[in-house]
Amino acid sequence: MNKGIPMPSVLTPEFPSGDWSQLSHRRAGVIGLIIAEASLLGIFVVAYLFYIGKSLNGPYPKDVLGVPVVNTLCLLASSVTVGLAVRALRQGHRRLVSTWLPVTVVLGLAFLAGTAQEWYGLIVDHGLTIGTNLFGTTFYSLVGFHAFHVTIGVVMLTLLTVFAWSGALRPTHAEHAELVSWYWHFVDGVWIVVLTVVYIIGR
Amino acid sequence: MHGIADTLGYPEEATSTQVPLLARLHEWVITVDHKRLGIMYICMGLVFLLVAGLEASLIRLQLVVPENTLLSPQVFNRLFTMHGTTMVFFVGIPILFGFANYLVPLMIGARDLAFPRLNAFGFWLTLFGGLLLYLSYVAGDGLYGAGSAPDVGWFAYAPLAGRAFSPGNSTDYWNLAILASGFGTIATSVNLIATTLSLRCPGMTLSRMPLFVWMMGVVVSGMTLVILPPLSAAQIMLLFDRFLGSHFFDTQAGGSAVLWQHFFWFFGHPEVYVLAIPAFAFASEIIPVFSRKVIFGYPMMVAATVGIGVVSMGVWAHHMFAVGMGRTPNAFFAASTMLIGVPTGVKIFNWLGTMYGGRIRFGTPMLFCTAFLFQFLCAGLTGIMLAVVPFDWQLTDSYFVVAHFHFVLVGATIFNIFAAMYYWFPKATGRMLNETLGRWHFWLLVIGFNLTFVTLHFVGILGMPRRIYTYPADRGWELWNLVATLGVPLQGAAILLFLINVILSLRRGKPAGNDPWDAWTLEWSTPSPPPAYNFDTIPEVKSRRPLWDLKHPSDPDGLHE
Repeated sequence: MNKGIPMPSVLTPEFPSGDWSQLSHRRAGVIGLIIAEASLLGIFVVAYLFYIGKSLNGPYPKDVLGVPVVNTLCLLASSVTVGLAVRALRQGHRRLVSTWLPVTVVLGLAFLAGTAQEWYGLIVDHGLTIGTNLFGTTFYSLVGFHAFHVTIGVVMLTLLTVFAWSGALRPTHAEHAELVSWYWHFVDGVWIVVLTVVYIIGR
Repeated sequence: MHGIADTLGYPEEATSTQVPLLARLHEWVITVDHKRLGIMYICMGLVFLLVAGLEASLIRLQLVVPENTLLSPQVFNRLFTMHGTTMVFFVGIPILFGFANYLVPLMIGARDLAFPRLNAFGFWLTLFGGLLLYLSYVAGDGLYGAGSAPDVGWFAYAPLAGRAFSPGNSTDYWNLAILASGFGTIATSVNLIATTLSLRCPGMTLSRMPLFVWMMGVVVSGMTLVILPPLSAAQIMLLFDRFLGSHFFDTQAGGSAVLWQHFFWFFGHPEVYVLAIPAFAFASEIIPVFSRKVIFGYPMMVAATVGIGVVSMGVWAHHMFAVGMGRTPNAFFAASTMLIGVPTGVKIFNWLGTMYGGRIRFGTPMLFCTAFLFQFLCAGLTGIMLAVVPFDWQLTDSYFVVAHFHFVLVGATIFNIFAAMYYWFPKATGRMLNETLGRWHFWLLVIGFNLTFVTLHFVGILGMPRRIYTYPADRGWELWNLVATLGVPLQGAAILLFLINVILSLRRGKPAGNDPWDAWTLEWSTPSPPPAYNFDTIPEVKSRRPLWDLKHPSDPDGLHE
């Protein structure tokens, strides 16, 4: 049955490979990762919505939560700065890259500091922990999971900053930096959902 | 060819037999080659298939006569938990993703998956999860001395799986093992999608991809990305409940006893399709080649697969009709479940349309695929019966349900896994599996499988509930249970014959050559086994059947597509 296929004829490209372009595999991979992450965080959002107002004892959200305006502004601004950094990298403006990346890191850290301050107040002043009631359970898991993702993003952005300062980050790496920025935008987008669910609907 | 092998740092095939055993094993441990990882996935799945099959045999042995005292209730609970968990997560997923690993790059003319190291990471994580699950047998006692292996069912319903009702650490082994292997599977799905979207050879447009790649590289991987993370999220919540004292599934603090079921089945039902669509993928490659006809209705096959993938995410609560969700959810999920029968029916008719008028060769792969068609049809029909809410109320948690989903997971998935084994074994090893042993394997499995699982329908309708460790003698269930257990040794013998066949054929099988089945997809243009780099030059294709074009230059497929 085996006819000994004459391989070369099927294997010789007839037109230059330039005509054949596909999505870059890195982009496809990051899109896949973001879909999976969105699905994971989505379940925590569903759990939060499901348990709004079901706590049997206090403290309740309306008593202890304030809308984190500064935090939100920091995170939204950081999405802009990381975008500026990627654009500067693509255009070869090294000085700008070395400025906008650390600014993004600082804004991310400011967000984390704000979350830490909020949690400190909740735990120490209001005695709300993950085991206090359903509000504590769902609040700390959802906001904590988001903050965990912010931390991952800050680590990646810090690495990019170090590479930018050391000169290792070149315009050829624009796609890599852009993918980090995609992740950062995703984290930012999730925050808008968290903000809506926890601090607006849930209060 | 040697030159390329040397520059890529791969050992030459001829010399690798002289390399000491330890060095050869080391090569397999450090490999990032999609073909080796695929083979390791499949071997892992086969080992766990033997273990989980043994567990199933013990379950059937316990139920062969009423009032049996072979197994204690505790041991019985552990056995059905481990059987289900192992079969889904450490047999089905590894074998099917193993085939996808091996075949997707070869079928689209790529040299490897998009992220080879991520691929290795995914495999080792999955294997680690499997080993962790079985570590529970020796380590699951924890500090409390309660239980060894997990005994909460493969679905681990919370609050039953919470700290209050499942003390000890056995449930945590279930939780962490599935969590670990789940992350591995998500990583591999990302990898397969990226490969399919980005590494196709020139000319391989989406509408020219083999159906296998459509089903595994796009639909199954895409579904996995959406449905596995929710299970991971629910497991993290369970972990928080068990270790941090949170209240997600704690009814005493106002938590819901039903929420876990929603989260679990939002994963659990699409998961059935993640295990069944690969069976469709195998059939869609094997049936055309053995019917000597092009697949009937290629665009409808793609549309039906995507349709199944999408609709499958809206049917989960048909597992929960008995929970008391109310009339509207019941009606919605009954309707969506029946709806999914439409694209599935389209597929059955397309396979029949492919066979119709073809010059069918009943090689062993085709035998398995033919049995699959009948058995999967039965599984689908009982599925529609169970979608009718009052019918489900009668038969939920009975052996009728057990029979139904074993017709899907064994009658469709396992049968087509064996079809795929016989079909692609020559490609992976360079040797044919023995056809005579293959026929024995097939007939023993068909008879044994139907003996066991057809009868379980009857005993279910007669009212026998699932998961009971024994039953009284006066219920009229004895005969059916006896017959069901009699099917087990036949199936065991079939699997044994398959293993013997593999071992014998590896040494003395007929050399396969590049293309033993006179097939049409790109993997058959490579040597058997393919070199580490797959293709000397990246091929270029002009139709869905590049090797047909090559063999029939005067009548290429492109003229008719």
